[in-house]
Amino acid sequence: MKKLVCSTIVALGALATALPAMAQELTFWSWRQEDKAQYEKFIDVFEAKNPGITVKFETFEATNYNTILSTALAGGSGPDLMFARAYGGLENVANAGYLLPLDKTNVPALEKFAPAAVAAETVRSSKITYAVPFASQTMLVIYNKDIFDKNGLKEPETVDDLVKAAEKLKASGVMPFGNGTATAWQNEVMVGGIASTLMGRSFYEDLMAGKADFTDKRYVEALTKLKEITKYFPDGFIGLDYASSQQLFSSGMAGMFVGGSYELANFKKQNPKMNMGIFAMPGLKAGDEKLVAQYFDGGYAVNAKTTKKEAALKFVNFLASQEFGQMFADDLNNISAVPGVNFKDSLLGEVAELNKHSIPYIMLVHFRYGEPSGSVLLQGEIQKLFGGKATPEEVGKNLTTGLAAWYAPFKK
Amino acid sequence: MARRLWITALIVPPLAFVALFVVYPIISAFAYAFFQWHGLARGEFVGFANFYRVLFTQPYADWTVNAFTHNVLVFFALMVLQNGVGFLLAYCLWRELPGAAFHRIAVFLPVVLSTIIVGFLWKLFLHPLFGVVNISLRGTGLGGLAQPWLGQDTTALWALIIANAWHMVGFPTLVFLAGMQRIPGEILDAVRMETESEWVKISKVVWPLVAPSATVVFTLLFVGSFNWFELPYIMAGVDGSPHKATDVLGLYFYRTAFGDQSGSGQDFGAGSALAVLIFLFIAIVAGFITFRLRAREIQI
Repeated sequence: MKKLVCSTIVALGALATALPAMAQELTFWSWRQEDKAQYEKFIDVFEAKNPGITVKFETFEATNYNTILSTALAGGSGPDLMFARAYGGLENVANAGYLLPLDKTNVPALEKFAPAAVAAETVRSSKITYAVPFASQTMLVIYNKDIFDKNGLKEPETVDDLVKAAEKLKASGVMPFGNGTATAWQNEVMVGGIASTLMGRSFYEDLMAGKADFTDKRYVEALTKLKEITKYFPDGFIGLDYASSQQLFSSGMAGMFVGGSYELANFKKQNPKMNMGIFAMPGLKAGDEKLVAQYFDGGYAVNAKTTKKEAALKFVNFLASQEFGQMFADDLNNISAVPGVNFKDSLLGEVAELNKHSIPYIMLVHFRYGEPSGSVLLQGEIQKLFGGKATPEEVGKNLTTGLAAWYAPFKK
Repeated sequence: MARRLWITALIVPPLAFVALFVVYPIISAFAYAFFQWHGLARGEFVGFANFYRVLFTQPYADWTVNAFTHNVLVFFALMVLQNGVGFLLAYCLWRELPGAAFHRIAVFLPVVLSTIIVGFLWKLFLHPLFGVVNISLRGTGLGGLAQPWLGQDTTALWALIIANAWHMVGFPTLVFLAGMQRIPGEILDAVRMETESEWVKISKVVWPLVAPSATVVFTLLFVGSFNWFELPYIMAGVDGSPHKATDVLGLYFYRTAFGDQSGSGQDFGAGSALAVLIFLFIAIVAGFITFRLRAREIQI
């Protein structure tokens, strides 16, 4: 009996030392609870090609993800692989030294990604990239095709067209827009989806060059127009929360919805029978460049302290491959950041087409690096604008002076 | 000797538990507040710089004052709407007005609900298009009074206060009722020989005699008002929407320390400094309130 116990222990010990060579289990953390089934499918594809490596996909609630991840990383118990935020959110984690730098030597495919995509996962000061970007999102106008057809409406070519269409919808008892702005971040979405065209590419370029700030006439006039368009939002829209406004559109009570491309998959799930179309907000004149606002969502990063670096890099290279990008676009209905992906879904194809005329989603992309963040400022100021507590000029001035606290070009 | 060992064995585990999970976190929060933080990596010792930052430099100073002012308002408003109404309800129940048995349960029922449910329920009540509040107003010809309650800076905080009062009014009611039921019958008989006035009865007899209940209820309300978090978080969001009109210290601390999705990130230094300030403020003032209120309690 004693002998049996001894030999079992020896055998187990031998197995335990042999195991890491035989099978490596990687943990992979995410904030996308709703995508778990799809990711598990992607992982199966990877595991089939890479015997000996298994990946365990674990999800956490999106709003608490940053906290959970940072706490785990600080305590030394983080995952091997993880979803990382983009821009300022990435820098928080990367600057603390928790992420493995990625470049063309360990992830060759990164070189072919769009520069704007890679920039989203790169720390500005060191120019080191820490994650493989996964998707971009686009702020645009989604409309209900059936409602538009029934009322003989087409995608608008000018702001006047849009106003006429809205009047017509209103007259036939349909809410022109379903949007509400009680949920703070929705206010920023309204600016991205409606005002990007109105402020124009030249304003964005001047802003980045330090030649303009938010008191610029082009920006203020864009906000003035935005405020006018809210006339076609539901009654009491400033008290309407995000979930309710989504329901107004997906239930067919509203004809249009200003939102991100991430809404498309959700609306389709809520109401599979609805035919949707998308357009970029038109300008005052028919020839004005129609712009959408684009940003990158996040990326896949490797823990700098992982003991299974080789396996983790293999997986990250898989996540940067076109094969994965294609599955990502097909199964998750999102705009994959991997170059050369074909979109089977016609709406996604259209979004990719609209992205050719885009400016960045300004506050998220460029002004979330200091306190107060541009997004928080903008959300509050737009709530004031919509609530009648500030004029467009005041909004522009408050944004500029608020950001001057840390944004050097605005310091005078 | 065995007895001593036995006692030690009983005392050490809970003591260790409290030390590890109560004392240590509090002390470490104190310590965190004195360091600079780069994300989650602790930087150099900075003395009182984090405190100075949240109290005296912009934009933190304005945010701190704004949130603190709202907490003060919430405290006084709930003192009237929750504790005041609670006292009156308790008095009515104690006097056994018709339907008292039913109302004793009805008043306490919302207290049992979780804050999440109450938050969502009130968000539905206050929905600008389909909410029962606006629909009732329109239905009774008062459509002009229908408001986007949670979207206006003038009404949003009050909407939260009323939701909170509705949720919690049963608690002070119960405590006051228990206090009233402890008043000896002889005293009440004696009063009845002197006067029939309810007002005299309340102000001269009942109120002084339920002082111990008032101490409990006031102190808890004070602590609760300055730690207020769940309901604003659920109904207004972590940003204190609209434009910080519903911002309170709890939300502000949470955003600062842990970051919100639209913010620039986590700042444990400033967050810990806020946590320490909130803790000290509550501990000192609550101690003072308890001390002063205890002094006016009468032993029967």
